[in-house]
Amino acid sequence: MTMLNEFISQAENLADRKGQSLSTISRKLLNDGKGIARLKQGGQLEVKTLENAIGRLQDLVAELDAGPFKNLTHLDRLESESIHIMREVVAQCENPVMLYSVGKDSSVMLHLAEKAFHPSPPPFPLMHVDTTWKFGEMTRFRDRRAGEVGMELIVHINEEGRAQGVGPFTHGSAVHTDIMKTQALKQALDKYQFDAAFGGARRDEEKSRAKERIFSFRTGQHRWDAKNQRPELWNIYNTRVFKGESMRVFPMSNWTELDIWQYIYKEDIQIPGLYLSAERPVVNYDGTLIMVDDDRVPLKELGLTPEMKMVRFRTLGCYPLTGAVESGATTLPEVIQEMLLATTSERQGRIIDSDADASMEKKKEEGYF
Amino acid sequence: MSHLDSLISEDIIAYLNTQENKSFLRFITCGSVDDGKSTLIGRLLYDSKLIYEDQLAAIEKDSKKSGTQGDKVDLALLVDGLAAEREQGITIDVAYRFFSTDRRKFIVADTPGHEQYTRNMATGASTADVAILLIDCRHGVQVQTRRHAYITSLLGIKKVVVAINKMDLNGFDQKVFNDIEIEFRQFAKALNFDDITCIPMSALEGDNVTTRSDNAPWYRGPTLLEYLETVNVDTDTLDHPFRLPVQWVNRPNLDFRGFAGTVASGTVSAGDGIIVIPSGKRSTVKSIVTYDGELEHAREDQAVTLTLDDEIDISRGDIICKKDDPIAQADQCQAHILWMNDNNMYPGRQYLFKFNNKTVPGSIMTLKHLVDVNDLSEKVGRTLALNEVGVCQMSLSHPVAFDTYVDNRHTGSFIVIDRQTNATVGVGMLDFALRRASNVVWQDLDVSKTERASQKNQKAVVLWFTGLSGCGKSTIANLVEKKLLDLGRHTFTLDGDNVRHGLCRDLGFTQADRVENIRRIGEVAKLMIDSGLITLTSFISPFRSERRMARRLVDKDEFIEIFIDTPLEVCEERDAKGLYARARRGEIRNFTGINSPYQKPKRADIHIKTVETSAEAAAERIVKYLDDRGYLGAGQFDGGPAVYTRGRLTKMSEMDVVALAESMGIEVSVGNPKADTIRKILNKQG
Repeated sequence: MTMLNEFISQAENLADRKGQSLSTISRKLLNDGKGIARLKQGGQLEVKTLENAIGRLQDLVAELDAGPFKNLTHLDRLESESIHIMREVVAQCENPVMLYSVGKDSSVMLHLAEKAFHPSPPPFPLMHVDTTWKFGEMTRFRDRRAGEVGMELIVHINEEGRAQGVGPFTHGSAVHTDIMKTQALKQALDKYQFDAAFGGARRDEEKSRAKERIFSFRTGQHRWDAKNQRPELWNIYNTRVFKGESMRVFPMSNWTELDIWQYIYKEDIQIPGLYLSAERPVVNYDGTLIMVDDDRVPLKELGLTPEMKMVRFRTLGCYPLTGAVESGATTLPEVIQEMLLATTSERQGRIIDSDADASMEKKKEEGYF
Repeated sequence: MSHLDSLISEDIIAYLNTQENKSFLRFITCGSVDDGKSTLIGRLLYDSKLIYEDQLAAIEKDSKKSGTQGDKVDLALLVDGLAAEREQGITIDVAYRFFSTDRRKFIVADTPGHEQYTRNMATGASTADVAILLIDCRHGVQVQTRRHAYITSLLGIKKVVVAINKMDLNGFDQKVFNDIEIEFRQFAKALNFDDITCIPMSALEGDNVTTRSDNAPWYRGPTLLEYLETVNVDTDTLDHPFRLPVQWVNRPNLDFRGFAGTVASGTVSAGDGIIVIPSGKRSTVKSIVTYDGELEHAREDQAVTLTLDDEIDISRGDIICKKDDPIAQADQCQAHILWMNDNNMYPGRQYLFKFNNKTVPGSIMTLKHLVDVNDLSEKVGRTLALNEVGVCQMSLSHPVAFDTYVDNRHTGSFIVIDRQTNATVGVGMLDFALRRASNVVWQDLDVSKTERASQKNQKAVVLWFTGLSGCGKSTIANLVEKKLLDLGRHTFTLDGDNVRHGLCRDLGFTQADRVENIRRIGEVAKLMIDSGLITLTSFISPFRSERRMARRLVDKDEFIEIFIDTPLEVCEERDAKGLYARARRGEIRNFTGINSPYQKPKRADIHIKTVETSAEAAAERIVKYLDDRGYLGAGQFDGGPAVYTRGRLTKMSEMDVVALAESMGIEVSVGNPKADTIRKILNKQG
């Protein structure tokens, strides 16, 4: 009993010193925000759990005792770097925009933007290039988040492509992606004359991205010239462009997929529910599990019948081009657990990459993000 | 991707909590194509289990197609990126790779060793804290090893690992290893590394990379990964002077004014006294604002927002320092410059120099000498070509605040931008100032202008009279000054007579000279303000931009623009000095109103139309304006004690209070005469 009381009073003391709520401390020590509150009301703990919690408590106290200027963790450093990049764009570019794809990386990017400019809302609009084939849940999530953060949301659709009925089932993934995504993005950038566009791409995603700059210069035709990128030293970024030229800016270049997930977990960042497993209607389309998100899937022509399966998505895009994985992971830690134990890389779920070797590089030269 | 950690499957939440606290290390690898650099990085990625099965399958397929390892997996293929260079078999740019262990996350800058690519190595080194220099043990210390070591030291990396690779090819011969180590240490003496660690290894076989080798029992040092996991780079510079380059001013509303930036060095706490460079203004840190709540302290590398106790003017480009250790500033300095462009650097050409948070135009005045990156020898040269390093003296159009690069990588570095193409054409590391623009900071004098002015029972202000020649500026200004003098105020007038004959004797009447004339007058007026005077300036000052410039030199409420508005015809008709007539005859060039423009003020603080007002009335109006806004303090303007009921009494000097009290028959108390006496005066007045 004394041990438990001692633990509670030390935890309260820690909360006091750190200026954090007891439930935050409780979450850190017991993975349960209400844990300590329950103990105070006479709740009990297994001895082993209590020992673990006391261990963590001692770590936290030691960290606090080590002085005010703690070592920065890798997430602290990544966060600071991203914030620095975002502020630099806002201070130096005339008309920046944040490309928002509604995926988990965009969610982290939006969160970082909130941090960078707090207490102001991020001083630029969000823009979503809507191929019209996104998951319905993505659209709803997008609209809600933009409102919560207080940012202007620009949704751009390639109206010409829409009028021609371009879609993945009728035109194939390559044509659809080119017209509704790559061309649409160029249209939007031309229309609004943005001189800097934030993107959530990371260098660890794919080999050719490993040498992408953080500030990636694009010509007036939005082309990326791999051989003609500006040297990037220290954290001094050359943001200068002439009229018509632009920058793609990747504030999360140095994050990895694991960093993203850890950060989402640590910061409790909202992501679309599609990342978590649920019963969803899917069909096997060319060897990939596709979710039947609306009635545009030509089930009859393909001779397919939807089945309900527990699936989740590792990336989010156009629903007919995004492979689902069967999974029982219904919570964020479980998803991360699966990811850590998985043996295939993230982008494999994206059909676009497997077209040809080094395909991403070609797409990038053409202006795909 | 499997960290071999049973926690992942047993208790994912516990695992996540432990992983939150990893530290972080950025390093670069340098070596030539054949030293096995890509293989080494591939080995680190492979051994830390960060390769997915599908990636591995792709590499196995590629290994058969283009690999150099026969049937074995060619780990180098993991790191070679762009399609073109994969076919050439060399890397041509800087690529960043990521891996992590349970203790640390790593970013590897993979920098190529090919002769031409000094600039890529510098790029990778600029953000790295540790460099791994690869040496093929069969060849020992090569020219390129020396080059890599030099660039490493030039970019300020203090910790170096010498990876003596391919030791499997000589059976891990300790003598070979020792000979190379001795040779390297000998030549590296000139490079100021803090720490050199030599490791015998075989990247291909994995010896001493992530696991200790049984083949070199004589080696007792750390494996490469052990070294990388434990080397301390985090707190080395926390005791350096605090620098916050202001990146962006955050003003969501009138009540919040925050200065956002990433701490470049040192630490800061709420309550610390600070000084802003270049203005020299001082204040105290009120709070350190973040999205996650206020911090008590912030340290190097944290992106924060500071608020201050005082409302002082700070903008992007300024650097906030602690008040006892301000950063120096200069407009001429010496630097090591590495050229990065096919178009050579020529002394005298104009470039933009972008420092941490400030971009200024300038030029390289002299190229003192080139440094041969292979043997550190000095060469004479007239230009810097791609990949060449030179010691240069630069001249900037405005002073910049900086530390030497050796002291601070963030505030001692810059990039050079071509103004025509916007390309980044060079990078530089500052060595020292050639001439101090001002001796560190403005003297923050113990007696401030407010105190000087209040001693005179007034607030210092510039009355900036503008208008055409002959409009009546000087007449009205003289009347105003006389009235102020009568009221016991301290004034000074700057006009053509006392300026053109001395301070600005060297200036004519061209547009450029007029601008400079006004600049000088503005600066002199500013000094007058600092001395607490009410300063009247009476100049045509025809251009809006110069009037704006003059206004910006002083604080917001210290500048009153008075437009003496007299139509050109009226001025010309009066033509007291006969100047209009001469201008009309073409005898005077650039005469305002005739053959040089006058830009009327859009929003003058006081607008006097002389055709409707007498000079006397105009002067009275100006004095009243000053009094209404408190510039004349409490005083005798209205005559009689009535003025004291306006609540401005506290602005009076002690002597005035005492004198007034005595004239009202009030006894002056001894303890705190001013406050007590004022209360009595006010009481008596009701």
